[in-house]
This record gives sequence, structure tokens and C-alpha cells, in this order.
Amino acid sequence: MKQLLILSGKGGTGKTTIASAFIKLSGAKIYADCDIDAPNLHLIMAQNIEPKRTAYFGMPKAEIDIDKCIECGLCKEKCRFEAISNANGFMVDPYACEGCGVCEAFCPVDAVSLKPAIAGELVLYADENKVFSTAQLKTGSGTSGKLVTEVKRHLRTRASPDTKLAIIDGSPGIGCPVIASLSGVDMVLIVAEPSISGINDMERIIKTAETFHTKIGVCINKYDTNLSNTERIEEFCKENGLSFTGRIPFDPEAVAAINNGQTIVDVDCPAGAAAKEVFCNTMKLLFKESNAAET
Amino acid sequence: MKSKGVRIAILSGKGGTGKTLVSVNIASIAGKSVYVDCDVEEPNGYLFFKPDNVREEIISVKIPVIDEDQCNGCRKCVDFCKFNALAFIKNKPYVFEEVCHSCGGCMLLCPEKAIREQEKAIGKVQVGVSGNVRVYTGIMNAGEASGIPIIKNLLEKSILDNTFPVFVDCPPGSSCIVMESIKDADYCILVAEPTVFGVYNLSMVYDLVRLFNKPHGVVLNKCLDGENPAESFCVENNVPILGRIPFENNLGSLNSNAKIATRESERYKVLFSSLLETVMKEVLHETTINP
Amino acid sequence: MKIAIPVDEQNLESNVCPSFGRSPHLLFYNTVTKETYYLDNTAVASQGGAGIRVSQVIADHGVRALITSRCGENAEKVLRKSEVLIYKSIPGTARQNIEAFVAEQLILLRDFHPGFHGHEK
Repeated sequence: MKQLLILSGKGGTGKTTIASAFIKLSGAKIYADCDIDAPNLHLIMAQNIEPKRTAYFGMPKAEIDIDKCIECGLCKEKCRFEAISNANGFMVDPYACEGCGVCEAFCPVDAVSLKPAIAGELVLYADENKVFSTAQLKTGSGTSGKLVTEVKRHLRTRASPDTKLAIIDGSPGIGCPVIASLSGVDMVLIVAEPSISGINDMERIIKTAETFHTKIGVCINKYDTNLSNTERIEEFCKENGLSFTGRIPFDPEAVAAINNGQTIVDVDCPAGAAAKEVFCNTMKLLFKESNAAET
Repeated sequence: MKSKGVRIAILSGKGGTGKTLVSVNIASIAGKSVYVDCDVEEPNGYLFFKPDNVREEIISVKIPVIDEDQCNGCRKCVDFCKFNALAFIKNKPYVFEEVCHSCGGCMLLCPEKAIREQEKAIGKVQVGVSGNVRVYTGIMNAGEASGIPIIKNLLEKSILDNTFPVFVDCPPGSSCIVMESIKDADYCILVAEPTVFGVYNLSMVYDLVRLFNKPHGVVLNKCLDGENPAESFCVENNVPILGRIPFENNLGSLNSNAKIATRESERYKVLFSSLLETVMKEVLHETTINP
Repeated sequence: MKIAIPVDEQNLESNVCPSFGRSPHLLFYNTVTKETYYLDNTAVASQGGAGIRVSQVIADHGVRALITSRCGENAEKVLRKSEVLIYKSIPGTARQNIEAFVAEQLILLRDFHPGFHGHEK
């Protein structure tokens, strides 16, 4: 099974729009949304099955037992994260607490303990035909590579021997969730936006992705909003030996399709037609056997 | 208009909706002001402001260093670490810097006082000037796990700079780095785009600002004719709509070339001035009834 | 000598788990005595540094060789410094991999991926 991950660096470039189009075009039965902070794929890949929801536990959080607390203030003094206040008796701010356990270790009366804390929810849509794995981080929670790893685990465990392709919709940024999503994928497709910010962010994500030694492809979405920046990106790809897999125009019909819960290849529109070409180029690159032995 | 020291955070939930467009332009039009870019993974504001006289400060976190001669191999530190940042190899602890959360626990617990701390750079904060705006930019080094220490430093610095209004450009999403960025905000502007994705993510960031009791309002960006799901959301939930920015090729073009629209065009100067005026009225209203 | 393999199930017919740090179980096998035992992998619950933690367990159990399909840089460091050799697994069951190892048919793993930290914040 080959895994294709779609990333962008900058937010709003069109990862989910393109991921959903690719899923439709390829008929892929296994796909995931690793943008755990702001998942969107489920809004397009309309589900008619009840998903299985599992609580996701993040780092445990410290809790102070008011009855045991002698208000010595040692916990607050030792806490590096400013997570303990004594405005109204000693209390831990669960949003600031990182679960390091220093307060628990130093409390002279065992009034502090680390308790499991729910940080989000894993959502799995699965039937005999398909598997769609996604998750939602609880508001204010810490972003986590572990939750992304959990989302991706279902791709492996549910794949059958003849599953050829899994498509993963990634998240913006370059932090832990992105790094966790990169692990074990066969190819990364970077969706670039032809703006100065977009180019800047694209370069940063490429730097991050390159450390994983996967195949990297770049496509440009909304390319006609700035032709000179589009050229810059294509030049950049040439200079850096990155495969350029195509360009998609800005298309109000595509926006309307998405707003109606359809992918851009479900309707007849210029962006959909262009996406088909990008898809073909991407698949060619993904399934091309590399010269070195397969790892 | 009295806007001394007011702190306004601009956030969106979804990426690419126009946080930077809004924050950069209202900071530019606000007379003397301060702009703080808390999107430390992918900072963009400085590309628009191109600040001068940039001073830079490296931001570091404390990482433990083991004195092997003092270490007696008791393994207390390795067993304590909740982040698996210490491994016990050949009878000595070994530190994995990128996994360390700098909690200081190992150092505090070592019975032989064999652990001290050393600074490790994780990014930087740049302070510069662009016309009327003092620009604070946080940049996290690629490969680092958390931008929180950089955001904390940025916000501390900007709090000292409190004679003028402060506009905080937040990271996308509604996770803890966003929460950190809105911590001391007096008011939150939520930027929404008219798509189903935009509304879904708007609702998450809307939950976040209510969770922290922050007065808030919405700016509808990229407005086209026809139904606007973000507008419907605001109406259904009684969220004040502060203004509407139309989807216009000119604006898109200026933005994609990293030009500050209010500095290039009279039309956008007027548009954003009016938006700023509405925002300040709301802020004043909210902060006087909820001091 | 003792070898270790990350496995999805606690039996020799299990496949080798594609993840090392977060594999549900670890299989330990003594090539001389043919003794086999399993441990639950406590690193599964870790937010980050899972590879480091599971490598620590492996080193603590006196393992001399690990057979895995993938291994992160941080885990590799722990294993290398603890003098545990890392071999690349072949498709198939744990049993098939043990047989291949004993027949000296496995090659050393050369590619190590960067850590994903999995930091909370």
C-alpha cells in the first residue's frame, strides 16, 4: 500500500479540496485527515455510517486535593509552566499544565497527583468498503504527534493486501503533527499558493519534509491569482530537483461545489479538470519504482 | 479616540482566511501601533511590513546536562521523566534535547546534584519598525517541538510596549498555542471566510474565545455575492459582525505580493479605517461594561 | 543471544509491527535456549519519545539484536550506544524473521527517520 500525504506549510492553500478530489478520482478506500486541530475532510467525504468515537488521552494533568493541601506553595514555586495559582486556594490550570510531574514529586503531603486527561477524540468511519480515520483535538489542547499517529494507525490495521493507495490530508505548519504525519509515507504532495507568504511557508515545509527522504511533489493551487509568483515556484522546483505535478486555477465553481459538500471533480469545472491532471502526474510519481531497493 | 494600550487578538481557526491581511492592515491604519506575529511556525507579517532597524533576540529553553563524574547511576532522573527525554545507556543518563520539555524535574530530583542546565536556542524574536508600526516577529526553528516559549517572550515584550494599541496575529487553529496568544487580549477578532470549511473552524475558535471569556466579533473576509455560511453562523449565534471585506482581485493581488493594501490604495485605506473604527467602538463598549 | 522484535500479537505467527516505538507488544527470543517471552510496550501511551522508551526497555533486557522495519534517529542512538544491532525485517511473520536472522540472511537497517517528538505543546 502506498501512502500519499498532502501538506502545504501555509493554511488555506487547498489541501482538503485536493485530497477529496484525489480520493474520488482514485477510488481510494482508505484515507485519513491528520489535521487534528481543524479537520475538514469529513465535511466533504459525506459519511452515511455511524463512526466509532474513542476518547483520546493526552498528557495527564496535575490536580490538587484541597483537603490535603497545606498551602506551602512549593508546587507553585517549582512549576516551570506557571500552571499553579493560589488566587483561590492552590489550583492547577489544566491548559497550562504539561504533565511533567514535578509538583506531584515535591508535594510534602501528597496532595498533588497526575490524572488522565481527555485531549480529543478519535473518529473512525469503517465498513467493508472503506476506512476513513480522523480526529478532533479538544479546544485549547496541546497539539500532538501521538494523536496523528493514532489516526494513521487505522490505515495500516484496516488495509487489506490488495489495498493500493491511502490518501492522507495533512495539517498546516511544520510542527509535531506534521512531523508525525510524515512518518512512513511514500510521497508528499505540497500544495503551494502563489503569494509571498505562501512561497515562504512552502520553503519551510519542504525543508521539514526533505529530512524524511520521501518523494516530494509540488503543485500550485489558485495559480492564476499571481502568475509571476507561480513562475517563481516552478523555477524553485526546477532548481531544487522537486517534481512539479501541475497547476490548478482559482475557480468560483469549485468553491461552490465544496460549499455544497461535493468534491471539485464531482462537477464540471476548470479547477476539477486541472486537478485530474495533477492527480495523474502525482500518481505516476508515487507508483514509479525508484532505482534504489524499496525500503 | 482612546485606544491606549488596548490589546486585540486576530484569530481564525482555519488557515488562509485572512488573519494576517486584517491584522497587518488595521495596524498600519491605526496611527502609532504595535503588531505582534505569534504564528511562530509560519510567520508572515514581516513579509508585508519589511521592518527596519531590526533587533534580534535568540530564545532558548533550559536543557539538562549530566555531570558523569558526579552521577552515581541511580536512574532516578530517567525513571522520573514523563517525556522519555532521558535514556539510561551504559550506566549513565543520556539527554534527548528535542524531546525535553524543560520542566527541571530531573535536576531537582538528582540526589547527587549531578545535573545542571544549559540554554538551547529554539528560535528568535525580532523587533523592528515599519512606518507607524512597531513590528514584533516570532520565528521558531524548523524541527523544534513547541513555539510556546517564543510566544511567551513576544507577548511579554509587547506588554511593556503598551502605550499604543497592540494587534496580535495568532496562529491558525484553536490549540494551546492559540490559547497562549490570546491570553492577555482585551478583545478577539475572528476572521471568517464564506466556505463550509471556514465556518466549521470558525465555530471551534468561537468556542475557544468563549471558553476564555474574551469579548469577540467577526470580520467576514472574501465576501462574494450569494449565501455566506459564515454570516449565517454569526446571525444564528448573535455574534457581532464587525465588517465585511469583499473578495476582490486587486486586494488578492496586493496581498499575494506582500503589499500592505492600506498603504497602496485609497479604497482599502477607507475600508480598513472604517473597520478599525467599528472594532475600537466595540472594544470600548466591551471593556467599559466588562472591565 | 537475545533478540527482540516489535509485534502486533503475542505469538510467533504475528507480523512484525510496522511501527517500532508504538508497537503493542515486544517479542524477546533467545537463539540458544529458544526461550520466548512477550512484554506489553509501555511506550504506546507516551506522548513523545516512544522510540527512546522502548529502546530503553530493549537495552535493559540485555538484547543484542533488534529486528524491525523502521526505526527513528533517537531510538537508533539509544540502541547503538547500548550495543544493540538493528536488522531490517523481511515481510512475513515473527517466526520467519527469527529463522532468517539465525540463517544470517537479514541485513542491517541503514535508514533512520527523524523523531516526531509528539510534544504536547
